[in-house]
Amino acid sequence: MAEAATREFLHNLYELPHTVKDACFRLGKTPESEREESQATFHNLFLHIHSVRVHVRTLKPTLTFGLGLMATASFVITIITGVLLMVYYKPSTDLAYQSIKDIHFTVSTGRFIRNIHRWSAQLMVLVVLLHMARVFFTASYKKPREFNWLVGLGLLVITLALSFTGYLLPWDQLAYWAITIGSNIANSPREFTDAIGITKFFDPGGFQKRLLLGANYVGQDALIRFYVLHVFVLPLALVTLLGVHFWRIRKDGGLAKPEDPPGGLAEWGGERRPVFQPLATKTYGLMALVKGKRPPVNRGPENTVMSWPHLFWAELSVFMVTVAVTLILSFYYDAPLKELANAAIPENPAKAPWYFLGIQELVSYSAFTGGLLIPVIVVVGLALIPFLDRRPGGEGTWFGTNNERSVFWQSLFFACAVTVGMLAFTVNYGWLRNWFPNIHQLWIIAINPGSLLVAIFAAWSLFILKRKDAVRLSAVSLFTCFLVGFTLLTYFATVHRGPNWHFYWWPSQWPVH
Amino acid sequence: MSRLDPPRLSRRSFLSLASLGSFFAALGTAAAGIFRLPNPAVLPGPVRRFKLGPPEQFSAGSETAFAEQNLVLFRDDEGFYAISSTCTHLGCTVARSKDGFACPCHGSRFDSKGSVIGGPAPRPLPWLEVSRAANGDLIVSADNEVPEDTRYRV
Ligand code: HEM
Ligand code: FES
Repeated sequence: MAEAATREFLHNLYELPHTVKDACFRLGKTPESEREESQATFHNLFLHIHSVRVHVRTLKPTLTFGLGLMATASFVITIITGVLLMVYYKPSTDLAYQSIKDIHFTVSTGRFIRNIHRWSAQLMVLVVLLHMARVFFTASYKKPREFNWLVGLGLLVITLALSFTGYLLPWDQLAYWAITIGSNIANSPREFTDAIGITKFFDPGGFQKRLLLGANYVGQDALIRFYVLHVFVLPLALVTLLGVHFWRIRKDGGLAKPEDPPGGLAEWGGERRPVFQPLATKTYGLMALVKGKRPPVNRGPENTVMSWPHLFWAELSVFMVTVAVTLILSFYYDAPLKELANAAIPENPAKAPWYFLGIQELVSYSAFTGGLLIPVIVVVGLALIPFLDRRPGGEGTWFGTNNERSVFWQSLFFACAVTVGMLAFTVNYGWLRNWFPNIHQLWIIAINPGSLLVAIFAAWSLFILKRKDAVRLSAVSLFTCFLVGFTLLTYFATVHRGPNWHFYWWPSQWPVH
Repeated sequence: MSRLDPPRLSRRSFLSLASLGSFFAALGTAAAGIFRLPNPAVLPGPVRRFKLGPPEQFSAGSETAFAEQNLVLFRDDEGFYAISSTCTHLGCTVARSKDGFACPCHGSRFDSKGSVIGGPAPRPLPWLEVSRAANGDLIVSADNEVPEDTRYRV
């Protein structure tokens, strides 16, 4: 008897690698049939947010360009590298700068990890903006995806807040002055309340600034607040909202797509996919039941392919591309680190990160209008899009309704001309304060190059509404104007603004000081 | 009472509503509390009253920049005055220029008395209160603004 137990024990020992593997992976082998492929998907916590089958249109790279996924990938990269940076970073005004210096110059791989964190964060901002543009131009915000558009906007705001809070942490000159300016933008409702003389009784600006800084100036209290927001509160909020975002994509029936032509099968990689045949042992018609215009009940899922492996290959390659891009950037370009923060001498010019430079240009006309009013108008305007443009049509197709493409190009040229004209005028002739030194501040808050641009863009989109008689086209014109305005202002402030915020053709012409 | 009349609020649903109401009231109070904490009751930071030394140190017609304290002290025939060098736009530190002060951040320009002559600054540079300590040293209180053209006579 004893011998049998020994033999069993030895056998179990021999089988150990297999039994452990089987325990971890429920399928335990590479799936071979469609049924096993679907099991591989929905038996796995991380894969089961995907549906088992995806529509072939969804997989066409030119529908999404993988932008949402790329944003997700760069976020994952920032999380990993961020945790690594936390190992050495010390959020105190006495130690922060030195600890970043240590990371940069002495910690092994420190500089590389810091670069990766910096560049993937910037990539994330860029890619989120592009993702929003692709969702807009493919009309993918329409019913039932209005809510997910709002969730996405929340993600955009959190992404920007993450990079704003992260900017202070190195506690160098760049950080100190950019955040001084940023927190005074939070204070800028005072420009308005001062102008009408009610700051004593009603001071939302001062309240916002105190909440952000915990003081009247950027110091230790501000640093610790920004740190807590940056490493805990905002990432947590982003992850939570991202979960909602993905969940809603599923519940809204996958990515937006036009109706399938009746009966037809789409081409997929040169072959025609066979209509799906449920196995006798198990049906999963119900599992695919989602809230769409037409749940695929009693209908073969034509034009769909298994998520495993097609979708997962696609996702994996987007992740790889993102990692490759950040690695290359981080290899060749170092994240900047200026001198230790010095409250007596401002950095000149003190520039915010590139995606805030458009706002910085607007702020150089009026702090309240450019720093708060216009950004709020833009975010509210974006949020309203799916509720004002409700006529179905064009979903999941680039420029999918009549005349969209031509309205896009017209608006592009119009907005370029107006923005360049406005900038050229302002640089050459100055603005109200230069002509009427004693003018009341309210005039400048109301009428400045920024507010005029917004007004002209709004007028243009109303003109398109009247002329083309389609709400979607009016939305396209306004969104295009917004994109052009954002891009040109960002470019202008990055390249053509130098010391004292003067205009220069090239940074090489900046005076040496 | 016909069957089509809306039913009166039953005791059960009244109680549910009441408890739901108390739940949201508690939630609201908690939220208020949450926002109360990060709003500082006492602002940290040093008292911004600076001793700048005995008045004799500054000759008439002189101007002295105090970089750490972010102010410039002037003395003319009528007395002393101090102008803050924190830009009223978004808080950068202005530098002395030919005709007054210039801000490096968004190009605000001020004349030598601090009035705005260009750029986005909404207000003139504040004039600060000048006084004397018991030992006779000049003191500038950077938190106390005084009207333009106020002089302190020694
Ligand atoms: C952190 C930021 C964000 C991440 C990580 C993210 C991620 C994603 C992903 C992975 C998808 C799947 C399709 C694709 O790759 O395009 C998606 C779809 C979508 N996103 Fe985002 N997103 C973000 C921000 C936004 C923003 C700013 C908006 C718009 C204001 C938005 C609106 C949408 C909508 C409406 C869909 C569904 C599109 C469709 O059905 O075709 N998202 N998002
Ligand atoms: S902070 Fe001085 S001009 Fe903006």
